[in-house]
Formats: sequence, C-alpha cells, structure tokens
Amino acid sequence: MSLTDIPTPRHIPDRLSGQGARILRSWELLLFVIAVLIFLANTQASPYFLDPWNLSDATFNFTEKAMVAFAMALLIIAGEIDLSVAGIIALASTAMGWALQFGVGTPGLIFIGLGVGLLCGAFNGVLVTRLGLPSIVVTIGTMSLFRGLSYIVLGDQAFNGYPTDFAWLGRGYVVWVISFELLLFVVLALIYGAVLHFTNFGRHVFTIGNNATAARFSGIRVERVKMILFLLTGLMSGIAAVCLTARLGSTRPSIASAWELEIVTMVVLGGVSILGGSGSILGVVIAALVMGMVTFGLGLLNVPGIVMSIFIGGLLIGVIALPRLFRLLRRGRV
Amino acid sequence: MNFSSEIAEPVEVAAHPVLRLSGITKTFPGVRALSGVELALYPGQVTALVGENGAGKSTLVKILTGIYQPDEGRIEVDGTEIRFPTATAASNAGVTAIHQETVLFDDLSVAENIYLGHAPRGRFGLIDWAGMNAGAQDILTRIGARLDPRTPLRDLGIASKHLVAIARALSIEARVVVMDEPTAALSQAEIEELYELVDRLKSDGKAILFISHKFDEIFRIADRYTVFRDGEMVDDGLIADVSENQLVEKMVGRAVDTIFPERHRAVGDEILTVAGYAHPTEFADINFKLRRGEILGFYGLVGAGRSEFMQALFGVTRPSKGAVRIDGKIAVIRSPAQAVARGIVYVPEDRGKQGAITAMPIFQNVTLPSLGRTSRSGFLNLAEEFALARTYSERLDLRAAALDQPVGELSGGNQQKVVIAKWLATRPKVIILDEPTKGIDVGSKAAVHAFMAELAAEGLSVIMVSSEIPEILGMSDRVIVMREGRIAAEFDREGLTPEKLVRAAAGYKESAA
Repeated sequence: MSLTDIPTPRHIPDRLSGQGARILRSWELLLFVIAVLIFLANTQASPYFLDPWNLSDATFNFTEKAMVAFAMALLIIAGEIDLSVAGIIALASTAMGWALQFGVGTPGLIFIGLGVGLLCGAFNGVLVTRLGLPSIVVTIGTMSLFRGLSYIVLGDQAFNGYPTDFAWLGRGYVVWVISFELLLFVVLALIYGAVLHFTNFGRHVFTIGNNATAARFSGIRVERVKMILFLLTGLMSGIAAVCLTARLGSTRPSIASAWELEIVTMVVLGGVSILGGSGSILGVVIAALVMGMVTFGLGLLNVPGIVMSIFIGGLLIGVIALPRLFRLLRRGRV
Repeated sequence: MNFSSEIAEPVEVAAHPVLRLSGITKTFPGVRALSGVELALYPGQVTALVGENGAGKSTLVKILTGIYQPDEGRIEVDGTEIRFPTATAASNAGVTAIHQETVLFDDLSVAENIYLGHAPRGRFGLIDWAGMNAGAQDILTRIGARLDPRTPLRDLGIASKHLVAIARALSIEARVVVMDEPTAALSQAEIEELYELVDRLKSDGKAILFISHKFDEIFRIADRYTVFRDGEMVDDGLIADVSENQLVEKMVGRAVDTIFPERHRAVGDEILTVAGYAHPTEFADINFKLRRGEILGFYGLVGAGRSEFMQALFGVTRPSKGAVRIDGKIAVIRSPAQAVARGIVYVPEDRGKQGAITAMPIFQNVTLPSLGRTSRSGFLNLAEEFALARTYSERLDLRAAALDQPVGELSGGNQQKVVIAKWLATRPKVIILDEPTKGIDVGSKAAVHAFMAELAAEGLSVIMVSSEIPEILGMSDRVIVMREGRIAAEFDREGLTPEKLVRAAAGYKESAA
C-alpha cells in the first residue's frame, strides 16, 4: 500500500463509470413511465382520447401554465420563488382589456401584455435583490397586490370584444392539429432547456441555488442573475396572459385563479428541488404532459374539478415520496 | 500492530476495552474510505486518532455515532456485538461525539441543548423545566463551567459552546466520548480549560477518542495512539513509546520536512498598492505595497480585522475610504467579480460556506470563474472545462475518484485544493490566502507551502493571512501585523522573531530595536 504513495501527479478520470445506471435512476425516467401509464389509462378510459383533435385540445390544459413553469423552474433552482405569477397574468390581461377600450390593435395589446409582465417582474426583482427581502414574502404580497389592482379596475365586470387576429394567438392552428400555443410551448421548452443546461448563465443559476455565498465569492453577479430571473418570470407570465386572454376572449379579475400553485406543482413534480440547486427542463416538460393528460382524461370521464385537484395533489406526494420510500426499504433490508 | 515489545510494561491498561471495532470497511462510490480498520477504546484512557486529511478519521467518527453504516466489520461494546443503525442507537449505547463545529442549536437555551431528546418529563409528559434547569446546572458545575442554563446558546462564545456539548455528553451518561478537533477554534486559555476537563472525564472512567492535528496536545493529553493512513490502520500503541517524528512518519508514510521550502527572493516590480483603506467599523488607515513574486504575511490576533480587510480588498464589502492601484493604475473594486477581473482572488477561511460549492462536481467548481474562457459565446464546452480542471487539479495533486465527483465527498485538504485550483485557473496577479492551512494535516500543509513558494517563484504575488507563527516566519518575505483594525507594525523577514510578532500583535511597545 505504502509503495504506491510516491507523490507523482495522479491521473483523475473525467467521469466515474455507471452513467447508464444514473439515467435509469433518474427522476425524468420515472416521470416518463408515469406519463406513459396515464396515457394508456386514458386510451382505455375513453375511445375518443386518441382522436388527434382531442389530443390537440388536451394540450391547452398545460401550455400556458408550462410557459410560466419554465421560468419558474430557473427561479426555484436559483433558490427563489415567485408566487405572484397568476396575479401578473390577471393584471396584464386587465391592462390589455383596458387598452382595448381605446381601440388598441393586436400588436399593441401584445406589447402591453408583455410590458406589464416585465414591469411586475422588475418590481418583484427590485424588492428581492435590492432590498434583500425574502422572495416568498415579497411575492405573496404582490400576488394580492397585482390581482387586487385588477379587481379595482374591473369589479364584477369583464372586458370583451378582442379582435379576431388577437384570438388566433390562443385558438389558432399553425399546421393541422398543431396549435400556435403548442408550437410556442415547444420552442420555449427548447430555449429554456438550452439556457439552463448548456450556457454559462444556466451554470450560474445552479451555482447560486447550491450556495449563493460561495457563488458571490467566486465572482458571480448573484443579484444580477436573480434580477434577470424575476424579469423572465414576469415576461413569461405576460406571454401566458396574452395566450390565455386570446383563448378565452375575455378578461375577468378572477382569470388564472390559483395558477401559481399549479405552476409550482408542475415545477416540483418535474423534479426541481424546492430547496434550489437541482432540476431539469425535461422534467418540467414531462410533468406538464402528465398534469395536462390527467386533467383532460378525468375531464373526458366527467370527473368534477375538485377530484382532479385531489388526483394531482396525490400524484405530487406519491411521486416525491416513492423514491425515498424505496431507499428506506432498501436500507431496512440490509 | 507493534505492542508485542512491551508486554511487561506496568501500564494500567484496563483489561477490556469499552468499545472495540474490528475489520470495519466502508466504501463510497469510487473511494474506499476505510478498509479493515481496528480500534479499541479503554475506560479512563485517551486514545489519539491521528492521520492526514482523507485518511478516514471522519468516516470512522460517523460510523461510531451511527450516521454511516459500515459495509463490513464488527462493533463491540463490552464484548458483545452491537449495531448503530441510527444516531439514537449510538447515543443509547453510550457513545457521544463533540465535533469541531459543535452541532448545537443557537435558538435554544443551554439546558435545552444539554437535554435535547432526553429532557426530564413531568406530569402529562410535558417537559419538567425546573428539573431540567437544575440538572443542567448540576452538570455544568461538575465540569467547572460558570454558565446559566437559561442563557440562549446564541449568546455564548465557541469555547462555552464546547462546554455545553461536553455537558450534553455527560447528561446522556456517555461512556465513550469522541472529540473531533475540539481545540481547533479555541484560544490558548480555553484549550487549557479543555485539557482539565478531559482529565476529569478520564478520572470518571470515560473512554475518550481524541482527534487532532496538533502534536503538542496529543502528547499532552493522550495515553494511546492509533494511526490511520489511506483508510487503513497502520499502527497503534502507547504514546509514551513514540516520539513526535515517529508519529508523523507513520501518518505520512515517509519522513516529512518540518522545514519550510527554501526560497530565494526574486521580488519584482510593485504590483498592488493599497492607500488609506478604511471601513466604518472593521479597519482603518491600511497602507501597503505588494511586489511581484512576493509573499506578504498578515499576522494578528483573531478579530484584528485581517479577514475583514481582505474581504473588502476582494470586493465582498465596500470600504468607506481608500484606493487600490494595480500595476500603477487606479482600480475600482466594488464586487468580487470586479476583483477577479482585475486579477485579485481570495481563498476564504470558511471553505464550506464561502469557498467550495460542495454539492457540485469538482470540474464545475474549478471552471466557475473561468467559464468565459472555456465557453463559446455563452455556451458551455464540457471538453474544455474538463481539460482546464484536469490541468490544475493534477498540478495540485488532488486526490479524487473523478472530476465529476461532488466536492463535498472530498476531505478538507482536498476541498481546499479545489478552491485554490479554481483561482489559479483564472491566472491571477495577486492571490489572497486566508488561513490556508487551518485544519489540514501535516502532509497537505507541507504541500500547500511548497506550492505557495512555487507560485511566488513564477511571479504570482501572495498575501497570506495566518495565525500560525511558524507559518508566518517560514513563508513570508515581509510581515504586516494588524491590531484592532490597524497596521501595528511591518517587518522584514530578516531578523524577525516570534517575540516581535507577538508583541506587535498584542500592542506592547518594543523597548529596543
């Protein structure tokens, strides 16, 4: 043993062997299996499920939420959270509806929707990064603030009468059954996946979530990265507001009610650690598919909405608890 | 094992060990942390466990306290085999540990910390507060600690927290006390108090496992020793039978130069000038110059403001006044990112919190500040990253299973190497090392010193904050002594003595030059 102790530079391999085993044990694979099972269950449950137009319809259950979930995933990986996203959607939608009264056209409406989203994100970001307040508290506050503004403007009224070309953003199809929203979802998933997993910025996001102090001590501009993430989350909420308003064709102050929890659920179900530091966009995409299919499948069976939330809640707890349960059982057997 | 020679020695070794480990093996993915380790602890005796960082000491402590399960081997208490599937099981069997950084709860009172998990219960199963406070007072008095059991732990210093940890050990009627570098954060006076306490525990018949890197204290309080090297037990015996040099050789497996590396000063042009640096509370009026290839030591007592100043120089905090020139040009440093961009890097004292991102792989830690160089228009290039990380890891003789291993799985000395590699990869002009060898073993220490000398010879300027006088004297070309946030004295290496340093740091005026 001591003969090998001569201090010559040792070669250190890049990676340990066993990459295959790591993929087999990954969260994404487990989630994918669940997605397939739910898909099969849906085909058994209803003969109409496999119809292409039905499947296409099913995607509307998750596309808008998933757009926000991508940005939220980055924010949660960096150790922050934004619970005001549904409030931002309401305020952005209200602003568009208000502008509509002055005859603003589709490009103007889109600009206003995205602009309000960015402004709300900036407001959250400044409070968190400049004043150093905890994001969960700030965004619980702005959640009520943004939606409250929407209630003040609208009361129990609604804005209607969006133009047809605007409605295309929520109801239009690009080719055959591929809707504009579905295409947008795919493009955004690719962009966010690339940003998180293949860029320096993405590496900084993971680093900050693991240890913000050491990240700062390593020369990363922690506050700037977080500010960008809040802006992105606001912007994505603005995009979701445009799509949702276009699809519904009207704005009520209760629009996108309780979406923030569904979006956070989607992110966590996708394997993003709520404590920050780990996760993947692929996981969030599969989680979006799972949640969308469950909602749609139960809808085909005429199951009431409350049962759907019970099912989603149970699924979340089950998927999080199962791997840990297996680990405990394995240890108990030794 | 080599105790065959002293069979007839009249040493009062109790016939039966309280705790005996045999054939303990523990492997982690890619690393064998312990293989076939033997250890016996006897009542009323202090056994010193020595070994370099990464020799397996911490793994053993975790097995003893039920945090890790061994893959193979037996644990016996009083001759009967036992398992510690949980930390509670170990504690119930009478094994308790006092860690380097005490695992206590700042928001609870002294008494609550002492009795956490086994508080005396009154009616309805509620905590018997009066009984608990009285019991805590009793134990504290027994160990000579003048603490109020109702004080919140937050208000205590590190030394007092150690006393609370020890009181906790006594409250669960521990028979085996594991002390993992208990003196690492203590002052000299506090260390003396700890020694007395260890003597008291000994006379109470406790078996003590004492882990330390400091040989003076091992020879002061230990009765026996056990040496670990690369996860194996290489020797054990009585302290009286070995010398310090023999012990070091056993640890390292070769003779270690206690002499610092030979350096010839080839100091070049001025590279860094600090003028009038001040902070509202931490330091004031800091002026000095640093030359290319120079090692400048910063000595002072704990709390003299050295680390605070260095962190301001690195842009973590902002100075209220003062200017920095690099290569003669004024440099504004408002954030670590700016400091790095201008060639100043900082290896912090607190590795775990400020230095390494322990959950992330080695290569990602190393390339973190150099991503701009390894990437193309913002996109990662893994091949370049691995190449850069390999260059610096191998240069620092890093011991790791693979470059994608999380840094947290490495020993303290190797984590420090990762942090240093991270900064060298940025090709800095000035590297600030804050207590670079604190808590790392003799072998790694010598390696860090040799490396520091090598860097200086290549023209890198080094600022070394250290509280160890031999290190300051052995490595520095010049020494600045800080006291109460100000520069108290500046010395050249020639003719500098420990006495001069201590006087300057403590504020005594020198009578004659």
